[in-house]
Amino acid sequence: MADLYPIKVTVNGKAHQCSVQPRTHLVDFLREDLGLKGSHLGCEHGVCGACTVELDGKIVRGCLTLAVQADGAQVQTIEGLSATGVIRDLQEAFVRRNALQCGFCTSGMLMAAKELLETLPNATRAEVRDWISGNYCRCTGYQAIVDAICDVLQQRQEALV
Amino acid sequence: MKAASFDYVKPKTIGQVIGLLQEHGDDARLLAGGQTLMATLNMRLSEPQWVIDITGIESLRGVRVQGDALRIGALVTHTEIEFSDLVAQHAPLLKAAAPHIAHRAIRNSGTWGGSIAYADPAAEWPTCLLASGGTVIAQGPKGERRIAADDFFTGLYSTALQPDELLIACELPLGRPDHWFGFSELARRHGDYAIVGMAATARRDGSALRGLRIGLLGLDATPLRARQTEALLEGRALNAGLVAEAVACLRQEVDPLPDLTNAPDTKRHLIGVLLQRMLPLSAHV
Repeated sequence: MADLYPIKVTVNGKAHQCSVQPRTHLVDFLREDLGLKGSHLGCEHGVCGACTVELDGKIVRGCLTLAVQADGAQVQTIEGLSATGVIRDLQEAFVRRNALQCGFCTSGMLMAAKELLETLPNATRAEVRDWISGNYCRCTGYQAIVDAICDVLQQRQEALV
Repeated sequence: MKAASFDYVKPKTIGQVIGLLQEHGDDARLLAGGQTLMATLNMRLSEPQWVIDITGIESLRGVRVQGDALRIGALVTHTEIEFSDLVAQHAPLLKAAAPHIAHRAIRNSGTWGGSIAYADPAAEWPTCLLASGGTVIAQGPKGERRIAADDFFTGLYSTALQPDELLIACELPLGRPDHWFGFSELARRHGDYAIVGMAATARRDGSALRGLRIGLLGLDATPLRARQTEALLEGRALNAGLVAEAVACLRQEVDPLPDLTNAPDTKRHLIGVLLQRMLPLSAHV
């Protein structure tokens, strides 16, 4: 068994000091050590996107990131985004458009969509599709998810006028 | 699945990394963005005793112009390349290719140096490096060494790097005002591995291209140059007849390996389609 490695990490604004096994990836750490079950594990090899979290403000694959790599970093999970209300419009659009059924992909989908809205505020429908191509949904067929994200793009543009 | 147990070390200097590589040899793996290594660890295709995290070494970061070259540090991420003004200005081929690499969350983590050193023959950066005529800068116990892209990719996932060397950066020639580039690839779904792909750079000369370098991905154990097709096109005025000639030449020149779903003849056909799409009918375009 490898030695435990001490890390300091801020998750959803709260500082934590923990010791982790080097082999533990970020989402296992979030779920098992911190009890934050909103980030999901589907494939665990970077294909499905259910594990998407923010590391220092950028979305990453939580299953392809070691917990030790988050040492000194800021992590945001769906719990943090929900609590602060920064994606309330996006969550409401997902409900209104029926953009989820089982909900397994939804936290990752929302994390990805949040970065899209911030990075490409004038994104086209095709750009939305490209952007969320890294997040699998096996229920909706994606149309409703793309509709919901496009709704929020438009709402935020109109709010700027 | 979960990775097997390993020890983790995060050195602060390149010298420490080289020392660790000398000490642990093949029992150690370097961790940069981790977008390949972590997947292989989780699937237990790779079970190193040591993971050496090089992300704490600041000198491996950053894109800058140095002399007549664009220097891209090993730890520069795919997203940084995609949105870098310096890259857009001096190496626009990379900006065009970046969106084809996987998905946003992976591009935020994955690194230029990791992609070049891993040398996946279906990946974008090795082929772009080859098409750009770039240079790999490696550091080992005896200091720095420069390796031309043409000499770097030696076999499947194999490079000219020695076991105790670290890729620290690459240099690409600065695109001049007459710079032309092309990039084209075919994938079943955005972000998937390409079935076949192509990157090229050249200088425009009237309606012709000169100094053309065409890199091919997804055809063989390494990224390839299409040297016969490059020679055929060199300096000749581009028109529909010449493009058709070049497509025929390329299909005859390559000897594609099949993948799970595509036979060699399919890939031979598709690479010709890509060349036809990529070549401007007039180099002024």
